[in-house]
Amino acid sequence: MAFKNNSKLFSKLCSCCGKANVHFGKHKRSQHTTGAIIDPNNEAIFKKVLIANRGEIACRIIRTAKRMGIKTVAVYSVADSQARHVKMADEAVFIGPSSATESYLNIDKIMEAIKQTNADAVHPGYGFLSENTEFVRILESRENVAFIGPSAEVISKMGDKLESKRTAMDAGVNVIPGFDQIVTDAEHCVQIARVVGYPVMIKASAGGGGKGMRIARNDHEVREGFLLSTQEAESSFGDSRMLVEKFIENPRHIEIQILGDQYGNVIYLNERECSIQRRNQKVIEEAPSVFLDTTTRQKMGEQSVSLCKKLNYSNAGTVEFLVDQKRNFYFLEMNTRLQVEHPITECITGIDLVHQMFRLAKGHKLNIKQEDVEINGWAIESRVYAEDPYKNFGLPSIGKLYKYKEPNGIPGVRCDSGVEEGSKITMHYDPLICKLVCHGKTRKEAIEISKQALDSYVIRGIEHNIPFLRDILTQQKFIEGNISTDYLPQVYPEGFQGITLGVRDRHKLVAVAGALYATNELRSRSFINIPDFKIRSGKAEREKWKLFIRFDDNEEVYVNVAQTNGQFRIEVAANVFCVDKNEINLSSPIMELTVNGTGNVVQLLSWNASGEYQIIFNGNNYKFYILTEQASNYLNLMPKKLKKVKLNKICAPMAGLVKLIFCSVGDKVIEGQELLVIESMKMQNFIVAQSNGTIKYVNFNIGDTVTNGDVLVELE
Amino acid sequence: MLVRLLKNHLKISAKQVISRNYVETAAHSIKTYEKIKQKREEAWTGGGQHKIDTHHEKGKLTARERILLFCDDDSFVEYDMFVEHTCTDFGMDKMKFPGDSVVTGHGLVHGRPLFIFSQDATVFGGSLSSVHARKICKIMDQAISVGAPVVGLNDSGGARIQEGVESLAGYADIFQKNVLASGVVPQISLIMGPCAGGAVYSPAITDFTFMVEDTSCLFITGPDVIRSVTNENVTSQQLGGSNIHTEISGVAHKSFENDIEALLQLREFMGFLPQSNKSPVPIRVCDDPCDLDVPILETIVPRITTAPYDMLDVILAIVDERDFFEIMPKYAENMIVGFARMNGRTVGIIANQPKVAAGCLDINAAVKAARFVRFCDAFNISLITLVDVPGFLPGVHQEHNGAIRHGAKLLFAYAEATVPKLTVITRKAYGGAYITSSSKHLRGDVNYAWPSAEVAVMGAKSAASVLYKNKLNIEELEKEYIEKFASPFPAAQKGYVDDIIEPKTTRWRLCRDLNLLATKKLENPPKKHGNMPL
Repeated sequence: MAFKNNSKLFSKLCSCCGKANVHFGKHKRSQHTTGAIIDPNNEAIFKKVLIANRGEIACRIIRTAKRMGIKTVAVYSVADSQARHVKMADEAVFIGPSSATESYLNIDKIMEAIKQTNADAVHPGYGFLSENTEFVRILESRENVAFIGPSAEVISKMGDKLESKRTAMDAGVNVIPGFDQIVTDAEHCVQIARVVGYPVMIKASAGGGGKGMRIARNDHEVREGFLLSTQEAESSFGDSRMLVEKFIENPRHIEIQILGDQYGNVIYLNERECSIQRRNQKVIEEAPSVFLDTTTRQKMGEQSVSLCKKLNYSNAGTVEFLVDQKRNFYFLEMNTRLQVEHPITECITGIDLVHQMFRLAKGHKLNIKQEDVEINGWAIESRVYAEDPYKNFGLPSIGKLYKYKEPNGIPGVRCDSGVEEGSKITMHYDPLICKLVCHGKTRKEAIEISKQALDSYVIRGIEHNIPFLRDILTQQKFIEGNISTDYLPQVYPEGFQGITLGVRDRHKLVAVAGALYATNELRSRSFINIPDFKIRSGKAEREKWKLFIRFDDNEEVYVNVAQTNGQFRIEVAANVFCVDKNEINLSSPIMELTVNGTGNVVQLLSWNASGEYQIIFNGNNYKFYILTEQASNYLNLMPKKLKKVKLNKICAPMAGLVKLIFCSVGDKVIEGQELLVIESMKMQNFIVAQSNGTIKYVNFNIGDTVTNGDVLVELE
Repeated sequence: MLVRLLKNHLKISAKQVISRNYVETAAHSIKTYEKIKQKREEAWTGGGQHKIDTHHEKGKLTARERILLFCDDDSFVEYDMFVEHTCTDFGMDKMKFPGDSVVTGHGLVHGRPLFIFSQDATVFGGSLSSVHARKICKIMDQAISVGAPVVGLNDSGGARIQEGVESLAGYADIFQKNVLASGVVPQISLIMGPCAGGAVYSPAITDFTFMVEDTSCLFITGPDVIRSVTNENVTSQQLGGSNIHTEISGVAHKSFENDIEALLQLREFMGFLPQSNKSPVPIRVCDDPCDLDVPILETIVPRITTAPYDMLDVILAIVDERDFFEIMPKYAENMIVGFARMNGRTVGIIANQPKVAAGCLDINAAVKAARFVRFCDAFNISLITLVDVPGFLPGVHQEHNGAIRHGAKLLFAYAEATVPKLTVITRKAYGGAYITSSSKHLRGDVNYAWPSAEVAVMGAKSAASVLYKNKLNIEELEKEYIEKFASPFPAAQKGYVDDIIEPKTTRWRLCRDLNLLATKKLENPPKKHGNMPL
């Protein structure tokens, strides 16, 4: 609870639970649990809001709406029929197939749902229809339903790159120096470059995805770059028009949250630093930024306010800037919606942004003055994604969360998520599982809380990026605040490889593994209804184990485990570790083990009788084999087996009708990928690839009948 | 008193030392001692170091190494180490190995005793002599009288040809013991090398047959015989390797990558089994809470009734620690069977797999499940049946191959079983397959239905087309049928399911029911034995 006592008459957001409160005089702890937003002025509120979104943001909006006393309507697709946001809302409307274009992006379906439920407001969340001018225009044309966000005109203006830049310039906002018209030829380009100042970025007008873009640091490079980019643009886009602007080296991505009402009042709620990105997607955000001094912050804030005033902007919005190493900042774009990372602003300012959005859309005046906006402590948001972080900083992973526990018990932790135990992560939508928001008094404390929360997070059933998030938070450069948008490729030039432990920590991990193995062995012989069978006294219960542990990276360690006085004493090389026996519970998803007096968070993910163990040790995954010394010696006698032969022919497992085909000749497919659906006995059966490969033949068409054993698809 | 006696004895001994007679006696006993030591050493090296090396080169452990790895440390007690074969023909009298081609005895696995034999392929290729058979029979007799499982590690070239009919008699003795022990103590065979000819029938009679990949094979007539008789060219792996028997023939219940994995997994497997038909089912210490809801069970069955899902997800969510030892995972995959624990107590799980062939019952699935049900019933292991079955697989091939009598096996097995029978209908339970699947009508003790359950004679479409042949508004009538029968209500109203339960409550309900039913007493009418439709 890092708030100062105050008597401001606007809702405050609790840093630990994310619940909003109004603070009358003294802040009371008990208010956090009740959570209803009582408006002292008895302001009018919307009666029923439809949330045209899904997942965590839908849940987030429903939470505030409920506290305000607004009825909520969720919309859902097939894939989301059992989703959390559907259960949370007062009403739920089914809007179609799983594919977003046929459901959450389908304006007609959403309009139909609004009509059906008589909602008088629509909150778009982020993504989907949140910045869709057509949708907003339709809503504006209706009298009885409000769009919670700015006007269609503003959205359209800010949605256009060139136009937003011009508007910003008009409002006196710094923009990246450059030539906002088409460059005629190489010499023209050199002239502009000299005016703008080196280095410059030459980019195709029609560009995207890095194609037709080049950085030039002198006249020579400009000439060369211009020609190459022109050719590339011509071949890639069929449009060779070129733009040129100043290139910002090692920039930071810092954005300003603003709130505006319909009466021309605009305030800024300070900044969020979102420099840790991969593939232009944010991974970790924090507020405030270590980089901004008061003057820069104020200048950025004031320019943002001036842009919004120019636009007549009402509701919440975010102005994004690039900030160079000398604290020069340049307008990038404006997002006319609630941002994913809004909770960190809520933490440090104590303002519930969703509450304000409802108020402002209802036509109320801003009830916060600029001088009341404060920075209270430090907040860090880590985006927990369902993805494999070891591949290209994250490739989506789908599956079911058979075990899922958020670290909500830790003070200062707020989890904004749209999933719960049992939820399915599908291929249809964003792989975001949860926004883990940690609020501390200082940045250091926020980092510590984040690490603790990540370690205590239990996610089973899918791959996730927690090891990656945790590693970023422990990097020296991050701790120093020395970050930029190039941070990830700079710190992980080879991609994320997992955390490499020092020898001592490695041995500690091995000790934990040994203790787990010994516990398992002891348990295998503890039957409640069968007495111990003793052959010779003292020999019946094993007291000592000589173990051999082989890691995934082929490192091999010998370990001696002995049990004494309720402890396992484990010798690894020259080190001795003691682990408390009572702290080990093989059924528990998470264990806190004291090893030589220090606490370690351990999660046993899986194990089997062949000795394969998979554990999370202090936030990172490890796979290894544990065998007795005897078994490992015997294992050396076993031949190393070759990888299994590829299964190139995929046969029908039954007679039936080919209902759908997801692949065509030449497609690259991976093991487990669904290739086609056969309907048989009124059941759809997914036929999956049994190995990686390229499709050579697809032997049937949709509607064909197949019989058991027919070769459906051949791979090569 | 004792001390004095000893002293006296020593005095007398001292006098006798002078006697020459005694020197001879002493020399004889020393020689005996040495001979014992020497024979033991010989026995320990089986067919000799050279043979052991070639055996290792094939990627196989020796008979003794296998026993040492399988049993708890220092727990193996060997029988008949000095037994030698009795054959004198073909120069066999000059080739004798103490213990002959099998190591037998008893040991502990996770602290519980069992009897074990391990055939030694380094001695005459592990071939079965009359004494080899006698050694095996000896431990089997004792296993039956003591009430402890028998584990056989098979690695044998076949009959000892030099012994002729004596060897065959040996096989017959083993088969007879196998049959007598069946249903009395669990019998497990792990095939770790060749097992050919008549020898295959011993594993075939035992309760479970496991195989080691690449190094083991099972067949009645080998590749050579097949080549000479039918001109077919086939390798022994193609003929009877682990792939064949775990996927196609259904002879073996599971296979493992190598000897080490096989033995370690077999140790784990033994933990599920009771010692005998008179022993209680083992209850292991359990830390996994059995009184909590399991939320994931709510989201496994898709809302679209024709969409497939993985029944393994349901099983793993219900059992302790998601620990499930699946039997025959690659054979008749439309049916899942295996062992797990519920609140520490071993249970047998039988479940339809909607992901494969819609989970329908066919010949292979029925036979697979029937044998498993009978094993569990024989050894007091409670049965948990998860039902999502659209019916028996229709088809000419199925009918012509006797789907009727094979399906009847499963029906027979369930109806005959007297152990606690718990059933959960997760979705479809249609027609005869519904009755067969541990229904209330077959003395099911507790039968639950999830809200997604549909208990009916057949699917709505088929039902409508039978009932309203040639009617135009068939779709409407189909809808009517769905309204009426595609829900758990009709069965619940008749009391054929005891309750409609929230899926997430399944685990704790079943655990509670198992506790309640632990004292269940039910006996079939006395008879010599039933006449199961084999």
